[in-house]
Amino acid sequence: MDKPRAGKLQFALSSTMDSVTEIEAAAEKLATDAGFDEDARFGFTMAVREAAVNAVLHGNEYDPAKRVTASFENTGKSLVIAIKDQGAGLDPDKIPDPLAPENLLRGTGRGIFLIRSFMDEVHFRQLHPGTEITLVKYLAPAADAT
Amino acid sequence: MALTIASREVDGVTVLDLNGRITLGEGSVQLREAIRDLISKGMKSILLNMGDVNYIDSSGLGELVSAYTTGKNQGAALKLLSLTKKVKDVLQLTKLYTVFDIFDDEASAIASFK
Repeated sequence: MDKPRAGKLQFALSSTMDSVTEIEAAAEKLATDAGFDEDARFGFTMAVREAAVNAVLHGNEYDPAKRVTASFENTGKSLVIAIKDQGAGLDPDKIPDPLAPENLLRGTGRGIFLIRSFMDEVHFRQLHPGTEITLVKYLAPAADAT
Repeated sequence: MALTIASREVDGVTVLDLNGRITLGEGSVQLREAIRDLISKGMKSILLNMGDVNYIDSSGLGELVSAYTTGKNQGAALKLLSLTKKVKDVLQLTKLYTVFDIFDDEASAIASFK
């Protein structure tokens, strides 16, 4: 496991919905501490939750032998969240566009779309086994004091 | 907060008053079971009152879509009432706002089933 840098919070969690709740709560706190307003906090927290669900459900498939690792950092310029699973791997390019007319009535396939909608940067890295998704949300520049 | 569902009848329309979150593990399954139960009993007009739903995730969106398509296949109409801003924003983002019949007031929603 990576050694966390100072100011970087890192968890290794079981593959359960309780872990999703824990990751969601940490994201909410990070956004609140960063001064996000309610709308920004909602989108940020939703994106992190969707990434955590993907790791637990689609990545590790609730396997108790597999862990989900989540790290949270406020770099001063952005909030950076990385979530790793130990699953079979995810190719984001193979996920159908949920906005395409033929996919609009599908019951699944909107999680990555929501993540991309609410974040400024989204990166995937294959870990063999597993996937790491890194979410970046820029902090608003400080208001001009003049 | 988990999802609670209360059912009532208004002029032949089954109104489900939803309260809480519709998410994987919290509300999706309850919603699915409630709607399947109504459809299996032959209910043809279902209105989901979403006024107290403050959060929906991709799983919850999937349940809404599945409920809509299941209903349609069984000859039942499913419509939405009183979306909160957050739910409305997510439905617009995912283009599902164009799929559902959505109403702001209950009387208009009930009348639309006739």
